[in-house]
Amino acid sequence: MKIEPHSRLPRRRLLGLATGLAGFAAFAPVKLAFADAPTESRFVLVILRGALDGLAAVPPYADPDYAALRGPLAFGEPGEQAGALDLDGKFGLNPALAPLLPLWQAQELTILHAAATPYRDRSHFDGQNLLENGTAVPNGAQDGWLNRALGVIGATDRRLGLAVGETAPLVLEGSVPVASWAPAGILPEASPDFLTQLASLYRADPLLGPALATGVDSQRLSDEIMSASPEPAPNEMDAGKNGAKLRAADLLAPAAEGAGKLLADARGPRIAVLEAGGWDTHANQGLMTGRLATALGGLANGMVALKRGLGPAWQETVVAVVTEFGRTAAPNGTGGTDHGTGTVAMLAGGRIRGGRVVASWPGLSPEKLYQGRDLAPTLDLRAALKAALATQFGIDRATLARRVFPDSDQVAPLEGLTEV
Amino acid sequence: MASITGFQAVSRFGLGARAGEIEQASAAPSDWVLAQLQDDATPSGLADMPTGQTLAADLLKAFNRGAAAVQENLKGAARAQYLGEIGARTKAQVESEAPFRERLVAFWSNHFTVSIAKPALIGLAGAFEREAIRPFVTGKFADMLLAVLRHPAMLLYLDNAQSVGPGSRAGQIGHRGLNENLGREVLELHTLGVDGGYRQEDVQAFAKMLTGWSIGGKRGSTPGAFHFYPQIHEPGAKTLLGKSYPEAGEAEVEQAAADLAHHPATAHHLALKFARHFVADEPPADFVDRLAGRYLETDGSLGAMATFVVHEPDAWHAPLTKVKTPTELVVSTLRALGRTPEPKAIVASLKSLGQVPFAAPSPAGWPDRSEDWIGPESVLRRADFAMAVAQRLPASLQPRQLLDVTLGPAASETTRQGVERAPSPADGFALVLAAPEFQRR
Repeated sequence: MKIEPHSRLPRRRLLGLATGLAGFAAFAPVKLAFADAPTESRFVLVILRGALDGLAAVPPYADPDYAALRGPLAFGEPGEQAGALDLDGKFGLNPALAPLLPLWQAQELTILHAAATPYRDRSHFDGQNLLENGTAVPNGAQDGWLNRALGVIGATDRRLGLAVGETAPLVLEGSVPVASWAPAGILPEASPDFLTQLASLYRADPLLGPALATGVDSQRLSDEIMSASPEPAPNEMDAGKNGAKLRAADLLAPAAEGAGKLLADARGPRIAVLEAGGWDTHANQGLMTGRLATALGGLANGMVALKRGLGPAWQETVVAVVTEFGRTAAPNGTGGTDHGTGTVAMLAGGRIRGGRVVASWPGLSPEKLYQGRDLAPTLDLRAALKAALATQFGIDRATLARRVFPDSDQVAPLEGLTEV
Repeated sequence: MASITGFQAVSRFGLGARAGEIEQASAAPSDWVLAQLQDDATPSGLADMPTGQTLAADLLKAFNRGAAAVQENLKGAARAQYLGEIGARTKAQVESEAPFRERLVAFWSNHFTVSIAKPALIGLAGAFEREAIRPFVTGKFADMLLAVLRHPAMLLYLDNAQSVGPGSRAGQIGHRGLNENLGREVLELHTLGVDGGYRQEDVQAFAKMLTGWSIGGKRGSTPGAFHFYPQIHEPGAKTLLGKSYPEAGEAEVEQAAADLAHHPATAHHLALKFARHFVADEPPADFVDRLAGRYLETDGSLGAMATFVVHEPDAWHAPLTKVKTPTELVVSTLRALGRTPEPKAIVASLKSLGQVPFAAPSPAGWPDRSEDWIGPESVLRRADFAMAVAQRLPASLQPRQLLDVTLGPAASETTRQGVERAPSPADGFALVLAAPEFQRR
């Protein structure tokens, strides 16, 4: 359905892009080329929609209160059974994020812990709205901070900013036009997660409820049969119905690799936004396996794919991975976590002075938790985003504090995050 | 202030809320619905379409040039016409400020189905609805019936164009004979109903009356237009439902149609279908009886039927008894968003949801009970559709805004909470569009 205002690269012509750039040159001059990019720096924002559990992604295994507080969701010490992968003797990496270890070792990955936007309530929409509008309140601006940043660096060509997906998220909306692009197969049919949400709406409906339950059952059966069949070809997984039913985070890799290739090209965009869902883990969150491990694995593979797609341009890149808020520190009654506050964010790329966990660690004792239930936020996410924008695009501190993130004078850009 | 009854007015009797429509309807819901019966302007996109006569003439010209020319017409001009009709019709439905009237058009169009299951109809189906249905939805049933019987689309779809009276001059010398198809379906589907008390002799009698009702193109007639050919009309008196009709040429069908329209079985058949469409899958029997009575005492006025059902408390007491058909679902989704996509996208969506426009599987039209539209696979398809639409919505819109515009006070606490707690805007939008209150009407 044609209902979006952004210029869109035709999907069919971009089909080949995720697997190679062979077809790229043929259409790039028409659809993508722009003259005089004002910068060679790249910035990629990855939005994890649904609120990532930071204590699960980067477990503070050495915190004395951690194991008891997290109970069945606690990772062991590094080397133990179900142990975290050690980062710095205090924090570990969720084993599902193991593909990121090489980045860490190359000092191209920084973890920001106990981080949060200024938002302190627990609505996904409001939290995401604030994360993207760049003010301190929901609906505090009608445009997004990354679009305003594009305006500051003098972007006039729509192809400088790229939304990966069919429409631009709020963070890219605004007066500067941007392009959008989606690899084939990324648009999900209704995912299992969505069908679970829908089932609760249908519970009382005598017709829709049973029909959906039966439909999900038969779909699950066919998925099992499909996954039991030997080695499905990758392109079948991408394009077929089975692939389309996968969780959104699992679809990040082809989108990220394609976006990386677009960003890497001399005529390509310089700023891109990727989105991934699957983080709202209210039930059966899992430890070594389960919903969160699957989603984190998808994220890690997506980051690796992005680096692969960028190629040498990775050296000019900062990637910021952010989410709207964290989750409760203790598990809830259904093996999951509910909406919380403090969480982790990540910065990666060749321009990052990485291999560090940046945190003013608040601790996990009951009196240290925010409202007695969440990891307390001690790091304003805007401080990291400002630092990234300053490094990559030379935006000065005053402009960052007034235009890009309005009324944020008191939030200083984090020092030393990047290599200049 | 938006009220539940306002929501019912736009959902049960309309095509789903456009922004502000629930509030607009809430002040006086039944008045809001009934005022639309006065609005008989043809939507602009439909007024500009070529006539059925022109389209039928093109098709007949192709027939005369052979099978290859027919294929070329059906795959080329006629298919383009079909897509144009779908685009214009959907746009009219999405933008209409008289959605109740659009619902009446859709109801009667389905009652008098012509289907592209017979490929020759692809270019003509839209013209049929525009010309034989739309102008009559608040008029007399007998007038609509005659317009239907004279339309080239129906004459082709149910084969009457080629039916020849065996006792006619042409029948005596030629190789062609009677085709009962239209005569039978008019009695079974369009008037009396399958249990309406007619017998095989009646089918044959009515089919004979219909001989000669065909499409111009020969012997100096206007190509593509309705034309009565006396030379293929079965001569002599015919007995239909126990009444003898003397030989009267073209006028026989006019007289029979008037009698069929005023038959109590027809009144009951139409009342049951009408009540089933607007009130409940199994509407209260006494209401159906009263509606049939109203039909008979108003000389078969379809406007009177429509008014009667809007005044019926049963139509307002139980909300959400009906499930939207795929077309109603797609149109109401588009109304909520204020957008009309390309015709191919509309057809593709409706195909995946199981209701390609003008493609009912039989002359009986699309079914109209909830269970006909809801099953395990179709629910998943509807969820897919909701998500596919939701993925394309701009970030400037918020799920709770979409919820308020489309469902307003009708949203249950469960739905509202589900939407509020959705993990992403796309999930939230999709939950609104897949919610029971949106799937039903």
